[in-house]
Amino acid sequence: MPKDNSIKSVLIVGSGPIIIGQACEFDYSGSQAARSLREEGIKVYLINSNPATIMTDPMMADKVYLLPLNVESIEQILQENQIDAVLPTMGGQTALNLCKEADEMGIWEKYNCRMIGVDVAAINTAEDRDLFRQLMVKIGIQVAPSHVANSFLEGKEYAQQIGFPLVIRSSFTLGGSGGGFVHDKSELDEALKRGLEASPIHEVLVEKAVLGWKEFELELLRDQNDNVVIICTVENLDPMGVHTGDSITVAPAMTLSDTAFQDMRNKAILMMRSLGNFSGGCNVQFALNPETEELIAVEINPRVSRSSALASKATGYPIAKIAAKLAIGYSLDELKNQITQTTSAYFEPALDYVIVKVPRWNFDKFKGANDTLGLQMKSVGEVMAIGRSFTEAIQKACQSLENNAVGLGYYGKSLMKSEEILEYIKVPKWDRIFRIKDALMQGVTVKTIAQATGIDRWFLYQIQKICTIEKELGKCFLETLPDELMKEAKRNGFGDEQIAKILSGDCTEDEVYEKRKAAGITRVYKMVDTCAAEFEAKTPYFYSTFEG
Amino acid sequence: MNKLSQPAILLLEDGHIFYGQAFGKIGTTSGELCFNTGMTGYQEVFTDPSYTGQVLIMNNVHVGNYGVKDIDVESNSVKIRGLIARNLEEQFSRIQANGSLQDYLVANNLVAIEGIDTRALVAHIRTSGAMNCIISSEILDEDKLKAELAKCSSMDGLELASTVSTNEVYELGDVNSSIKIAVLDFGIKKNILNCLVERGAHVRVHPAKTSLNELKEFNPNGYFISNGPGDPSAMPYAVATIKEILKENRPLFGICLGHQLLALANDIPTFKMHHGHRGLNHPVKNIITGRCEITTQNHGFGVDPEAVRKHTNVEITHLNLNDNSIEGIRLIDKPAFSVQYHPEATPGPHDSRYLFDDFITMMHQN
Repeated sequence: MPKDNSIKSVLIVGSGPIIIGQACEFDYSGSQAARSLREEGIKVYLINSNPATIMTDPMMADKVYLLPLNVESIEQILQENQIDAVLPTMGGQTALNLCKEADEMGIWEKYNCRMIGVDVAAINTAEDRDLFRQLMVKIGIQVAPSHVANSFLEGKEYAQQIGFPLVIRSSFTLGGSGGGFVHDKSELDEALKRGLEASPIHEVLVEKAVLGWKEFELELLRDQNDNVVIICTVENLDPMGVHTGDSITVAPAMTLSDTAFQDMRNKAILMMRSLGNFSGGCNVQFALNPETEELIAVEINPRVSRSSALASKATGYPIAKIAAKLAIGYSLDELKNQITQTTSAYFEPALDYVIVKVPRWNFDKFKGANDTLGLQMKSVGEVMAIGRSFTEAIQKACQSLENNAVGLGYYGKSLMKSEEILEYIKVPKWDRIFRIKDALMQGVTVKTIAQATGIDRWFLYQIQKICTIEKELGKCFLETLPDELMKEAKRNGFGDEQIAKILSGDCTEDEVYEKRKAAGITRVYKMVDTCAAEFEAKTPYFYSTFEG
Repeated sequence: MNKLSQPAILLLEDGHIFYGQAFGKIGTTSGELCFNTGMTGYQEVFTDPSYTGQVLIMNNVHVGNYGVKDIDVESNSVKIRGLIARNLEEQFSRIQANGSLQDYLVANNLVAIEGIDTRALVAHIRTSGAMNCIISSEILDEDKLKAELAKCSSMDGLELASTVSTNEVYELGDVNSSIKIAVLDFGIKKNILNCLVERGAHVRVHPAKTSLNELKEFNPNGYFISNGPGDPSAMPYAVATIKEILKENRPLFGICLGHQLLALANDIPTFKMHHGHRGLNHPVKNIITGRCEITTQNHGFGVDPEAVRKHTNVEITHLNLNDNSIEGIRLIDKPAFSVQYHPEATPGPHDSRYLFDDFITMMHQN
């Protein structure tokens, strides 16, 4: 289906202030969407209350409104301008909620402005936990047993029925706020109260917790012809129980067989197609039972999300840009891959590298805050690293955290004994990945750590590989360090500073650099090109690595 | 870390040389280089008979992570000739797995090399085209390797299908089914047969060089022409049989090599592609319905697009959205159709399995 030429002007709704759980990713998507629509000759209006964004730069949209994100502002904009359509899917849950509210008040209808990309029914189904559950049951997809409660007493009653551990999820909130785990009866009252208060409609979902299952996210695009592609599959290193925004995540999925992945892909497509009128980007989350490989649908977001910003950077596929084009009527096969410029936008990116995202927390700025990670997102930012192996990517990510870490291989020596560490890592906290490495350095087995944390063994084997190299490095002085070991260390993401700290004797980062340069161990640059080098790329971006 | 840390060498026909570490069996192997961009399903790919004679580069950087599982196979043994990857993993995490990739490759006598800059290698193939190569973890002398590599025959004009076809006739599915399909096996993938049997068909699988008269003994409602390795133009025996089958006016469905053979049986030539299509993300448009499918592909030969377009009795049904190549055809005067890609898609997306339904429906209507 070609572009809908009746749409000559579009209002993009931003996401407002940057808060924990909703950061600059929606600035990225909103900016991409504005650019994408303007290149189609569409006049773009933009509303956002946050002036500290790229999207509100005067050159991004035809007219920018720095107004509070409420229905009054929307009505003012619609009074002042003839706007054909509103695109609510670029500004996160804030924009969706606002557009839904305006719809309920009949604002869009009154000013003859169409909602494009998604309709209110789809928003409701995705956000209302009960409607979501009913839809899943109808299409035969398993979900965790749950009940919607609108009062404290109701919540208590359902909690008794379902049994512990439980999850309390607050309806229509962002970043998982108001949600939490309830391990036993003593925690229930407070969790219920918090959840009900956080919800704008005083509603929570009381749900059975699938703690310890593996968690995956799929980023999809769908067009008006019902064509669907999976842009990226992201695996959470942390199992179910830690908010995705607080999880270390990896792309592509590292531990999925094709059988398990295709099951997930089929279900994600079925869910997306069942959601009603919707064209654009969508995110689906699953929990996978590592023993049986059965799947549980966790949620679906019919909008561009935090994860889609990550998926765009991870694959090179500009999700928001294409999603905006789909919203104005294009189908995927009518569009070109933006990176190759010759192949089709209807395809699924292939990666020949590993992406690792590590969140960055700032608990030192929030004295007294509970630093245990759970359903409510607590990180204030994240880093994304690219490598030609998981070990390289996670080390690069740790080097970029701007804390005291110098890669995963060096974070000072832990003072804790193995037994203490093993107890410590049972609870997810910001430094768990470093403490896991400490435990492995001390000789704790992968099996034991996997049992304590629920983290898939494959990731732990990889961290063990880093430990093995660190131990080998520690036995050497700069002068005695063999080139082969230096090369192995660089290929596994060790930084020069990190190597200098690990080596016996005193040496500096510069000395390590000079030594490896003399040995010809230097960086090469590889492309992020959406297609694993199958086609020539016209506008790729690059990352550095060590090969050969 | 992997137990083996033994050096290995990869030498290309054009003289390029890559150094890496041995994986799998210690030894020497040679074949035609090709690459697969899929990110899941390595075991299914390794056991796919269509890869016979090919040394495979995996673009995905970690291979072996979820081990191997007895049922995740497309045939009873590893069919690729050699394996090249960035990181081959000996340690795996899948609870349902039966063993590690390392043990599996050793048991299947497969020589592999890891630690290779696969991206540079793939880019080289993309520009220079498919070529032969040799991998060795026992001969590290380059001149000796060159001499060994010279013995490796070119894929162009090579007939390989009869070497991987079944020797004996065998049957699968419900013997009382009203749908009987005679299958010509040129290296069929197990899951193609599963897709037919799951839809209630009774199939009889025949060796590559079976005549029409022998096929007819099964009294089939339809004929299936399988995928397989090698150059279709080197298979005049198969083309002759398909020409005979077409005279029967029974439904016929061909996949991959089967598609190329159906083209040849209609005097449409095939050609060797520059570097082929292999992966799980190839976009195809069904131009009859307008719907798009993400497909699994594995082919190094294609059908001549000009000849298809000029043919008065052949209609294009599917096109590749990346390079506009012919992905599906059907005959106008007969119930015969074929696709270049793999609708059974193991590994890969299940978007195209409707084609098996179409085939079954065709047989019911015939």
